[in-house]
Amino acid sequence: MDKQEIFEKFIELIREYVKEADRLESAEMGTEIIQDLKVNSARLVDIIIKVEDTFDIEIEDDDADKIKTIGDAVEIIDSKTRVTQ
Amino acid sequence: MNKRRVVITGMGVVSPNGVGLDAFDRAIRKGKSGIRYSQRLEELNFACRIAGVPEVEGGEHEKYFDPRQLNDNIGYATIAALEAWQNAGLEIPDADAPADWDSGTIYGCGICGMETIATRVVPSINEGKVRRLGSRIVEQVMGSGVSACVAGILGLGNQVTSNSSACSTGTEAIVDAVYRIRAGLARRMLAGGSEGPSPYIWGGFDSMRVVLARKFNDQPEKGSRPMSASACGFVPGAGAGCLVLEDLEKALERGARIYGEITGVMVNCGGQRQGGSMTAPNPESVARCIRGAVDDAGIDPGAVDAINGHLTATYADPHEVQSWSRALERGPGDFPYINSTKSMIGHCLGAAGTIETIAAVLELQNGYLHPSINCEDLHPDIAPYEKSIVRQYMDFPEIKTIAKASFGFGDVNSCLVVTKPDEAKTA
Repeated sequence: MDKQEIFEKFIELIREYVKEADRLESAEMGTEIIQDLKVNSARLVDIIIKVEDTFDIEIEDDDADKIKTIGDAVEIIDSKTRVTQ
Repeated sequence: MNKRRVVITGMGVVSPNGVGLDAFDRAIRKGKSGIRYSQRLEELNFACRIAGVPEVEGGEHEKYFDPRQLNDNIGYATIAALEAWQNAGLEIPDADAPADWDSGTIYGCGICGMETIATRVVPSINEGKVRRLGSRIVEQVMGSGVSACVAGILGLGNQVTSNSSACSTGTEAIVDAVYRIRAGLARRMLAGGSEGPSPYIWGGFDSMRVVLARKFNDQPEKGSRPMSASACGFVPGAGAGCLVLEDLEKALERGARIYGEITGVMVNCGGQRQGGSMTAPNPESVARCIRGAVDDAGIDPGAVDAINGHLTATYADPHEVQSWSRALERGPGDFPYINSTKSMIGHCLGAAGTIETIAAVLELQNGYLHPSINCEDLHPDIAPYEKSIVRQYMDFPEIKTIAKASFGFGDVNSCLVVTKPDEAKTA
């Protein structure tokens, strides 16, 4: 799976947590999940659980804490899925 | 000092026999039962295998919350609250609007988020997977989960809390909301009660043997039999009811439709004394609660036209009728009309008081009394009151005052008197 595919999957996965869904249309790797997409910060743990289920990976708390942008999430998912392949 | 007067300006309901005010009104007029057979209860070896569970389909509420992410307790409560709010002619505010400091809610439940605890919290934690519970468990199992969800959607900025007093919860929520408006502390309160359908809630009652109906599994619609000689316990139910209560002056100012005025309220407890216990009411406290509400309304007990009883279909029904008789000082000769909404929907526990109050208010507003079904064979101790028992639908255009009471485990009681608004007040 290349990063663009991961990006697209991630966008779909966070859609239900994004208060203003139209912002997803212009989302880029640098888009901040809480700041730009107005995701409630308490929901980040739900997004992590969904990422784990969707990509069949485990994300440690320390890694999860580093996720600020969509790109951060894509990088972590990319590195974890490479390991499991 | 004259107390502020409190009126009902909106209602919303999720009932086993009808979801939404219009469907519920049609259902209770017809004596339509919402009790159905439950395969799940059979699989779980319940003695009682029938229940009243609302049939909720997708609706407007899905614009405001995802019902798949919340348990039914909160889902039902929110659907009823949104209906009540809009029924009162109020707009659902924008997410960017400031909080509404004048409006609050007291929205209770009896056993609350038990389904979530049983199916998600306990299994996940026992498997060592606490991390996978996610962020939305606390809001579903906290006692105030119902009021918190409603307040978030409606932007309520006044008191937001959830009461819990077992089967008295719904009626108590109304009483407490009335007190808050009377005290001038809120202009508008949503008063609600809710309960989800869950075998994990009902199991404890099933285990008590005489409490849940177990003899009518093959005839679900006959299973809920308040006031009947063949009553054998209550049928568990679920749902939600919500009323918008407002300061009369404020309601008139905005030209709101007024369903009725809550003229008298009372709550008390029998202290588990004088025959009362955790599970049985102290008859003295029941009579005091009823009389307290009537006195608070400032009316003669003879002015009560009809009673919507607690009447669950347990051994307590005859005692309840006698308590009403004693409290109102009206024997079989001049006893008011009486019916039981539970005959159609079962016992919706924390939601019972509000759903049944809504039934009473619809009767008052529309001038009828709904049938109390399944009591063709009256209990012998109730038989002397036969002419007061509403067994068939009846038109009752002259109805002006209706009383509603609820009683709960813990020996707690609550009672309301609702009066039809006269033309002058609502003009």
